[in-house]
Amino acid sequence: MPTVTMTVNGKQVSGEVEPRTLLVEFLREGLGLTGTHVGCDTSQCGCCVVHVDGRSVKACTMLAVQAEGAEVTTIEGLAADGSLHPLQQAFHENHGLQCGFCTPGMIMSSLELLQRNPDPSEAEVREWLEGNLCRCTGYHNIVKSVLAAAAAMRGAARAAE
Amino acid sequence: MYNFTYHRPRTLAEVAQLLSANEDAKLLAGGQTFIPTLKQRLAQPSDLVDLSGIAELKGIREEGGGLTIGATTTHAEVAGSELVRRLLPALADLAESIGDPQVRNLGTLGGSISNNDPAADYPAGLVGLGATVRTSKREIGAEDFFTGMFETALEEDEIVTAVHFPKPEKAAYAKFPNPASRYAIVGVFVARTGGGVRVAVTGAAPCVFRATELENALAADFSPAALDGVSVPADGLNEDIHASAEYRAHLVKVMAKRAVAAAG
Ligand SMILES: Cc1cc2nc3c(=O)[nH]c(=O)nc-3n(C[C@H](O)[C@H](O)[C@H](O)COP(=O)(O)OP(=O)(O)OC[C@H]3O[C@@H](n4cnc5c(N)ncnc54)[C@H](O)[C@@H]3O)c2cc1C
Ligand code: FES
Ligand code: FES
Repeated sequence: MPTVTMTVNGKQVSGEVEPRTLLVEFLREGLGLTGTHVGCDTSQCGCCVVHVDGRSVKACTMLAVQAEGAEVTTIEGLAADGSLHPLQQAFHENHGLQCGFCTPGMIMSSLELLQRNPDPSEAEVREWLEGNLCRCTGYHNIVKSVLAAAAAMRGAARAAE
Repeated sequence: MYNFTYHRPRTLAEVAQLLSANEDAKLLAGGQTFIPTLKQRLAQPSDLVDLSGIAELKGIREEGGGLTIGATTTHAEVAGSELVRRLLPALADLAESIGDPQVRNLGTLGGSISNNDPAADYPAGLVGLGATVRTSKREIGAEDFFTGMFETALEEDEIVTAVHFPKPEKAAYAKFPNPASRYAIVGVFVARTGGGVRVAVTGAAPCVFRATELENALAADFSPAALDGVSVPADGLNEDIHASAEYRAHLVKVMAKRAVAAAG
């Protein structure tokens, strides 16, 4: 079996995997990082979204061996020093979840949006979340959460200047 | 998924060698079509040859006033490219309309056209612009490249390396997406070029095609109103749970008018 090595949430990890092992299986079963969910396993729902080299991807539609040498960030990698990431905080404060199953994917997808566009419109948030399905919320509070996080992150960036 | 051996070669010569040494080897690009196919056990390759490590297949450059885009360039890279926005904004819009951000981050131009899904967007862009597909063996005009449903002119072991798009005078793409999958129920790419008007339709039939009745009307008068009296025949168009053939025929005209209006 090939050995795969990558950096996950800042730590170098390696493991033996079958080439057919999906990235999401390696993360969940190999590394025990079960924050990344599997909703559909058919590339539709976005519950499995993680970042690979700074781009959001569906970890159920990528092989672990394709991430050889890559920098991977999962939902577990967002909270720094015990305090929630502004996106996590905003989902908490705005009731952006009900059962929470879609939330890790919603947050990891939204993170790329806010990295590219710190001040998105509501329409841009909705369009960006095209690949993330939620069975509970009706999306309104998810969109509200992302907009609130964007405002908080812009505020923090200004304060740092 | 059946198991396979995975390779990530660095050069096209190595790819050729891996393909000739392993009869059941298959190429992997963004995996956004092929990994779901493997999961369903609809394919059983002995070897997967990942094209992502080959530098010469990547990138976007200006060539002869038009654009040349490498096969492994992702939809997100095309949508986000300043160069594509400047020279061929209709193509950037087309790439931006594909699937969702995560699919666009991995899915590639070469993978999309090699797969030739009847509802894929790029085939309309290539045929609409009169693009040329470059492969490891030859150059193929877009209309000769797409030969049927999920069928292309590619031979066994032939690899798409790039696509060259000439610059049109005006162009636009209008798509009526399936609300769930975002694939085109109907997508129409309209271009006015030095050689005439081209209207390419995807999603409506088993394979991309040129709507000659619309092209003729637009050649005389490049305006949405020029299409008012023209009707598109429903014969041979796709019929499924999403749309009837008649509805698709209707959408072809509506999308063509929108594309002409957007092209300005
Ligand atoms: C949820 C979802 C929504 C989508 N929505 C859309 C949409 O709206 N519009 C749309 O057009 N597409 C859509 N797609 C498909 C997407 O665009 C894929 O990226 C594309 O069809 C395949 O590209 P890929 O790079 O992922 O190829 P892969 O899946 O890696 O490969 C596809 C096929 O092409 C072959 N191949 C790959 N590269 C080459 C090459 N260079 N030379 C020869 N053969 C090659 C492979 O062997 C394989 O048979 C969607 C996909 C998903 C999962
Ligand atoms: S589990 Fe990956 S998209 Fe649904
Ligand atoms: S909160 Fe339950 S699926 Fe989104």
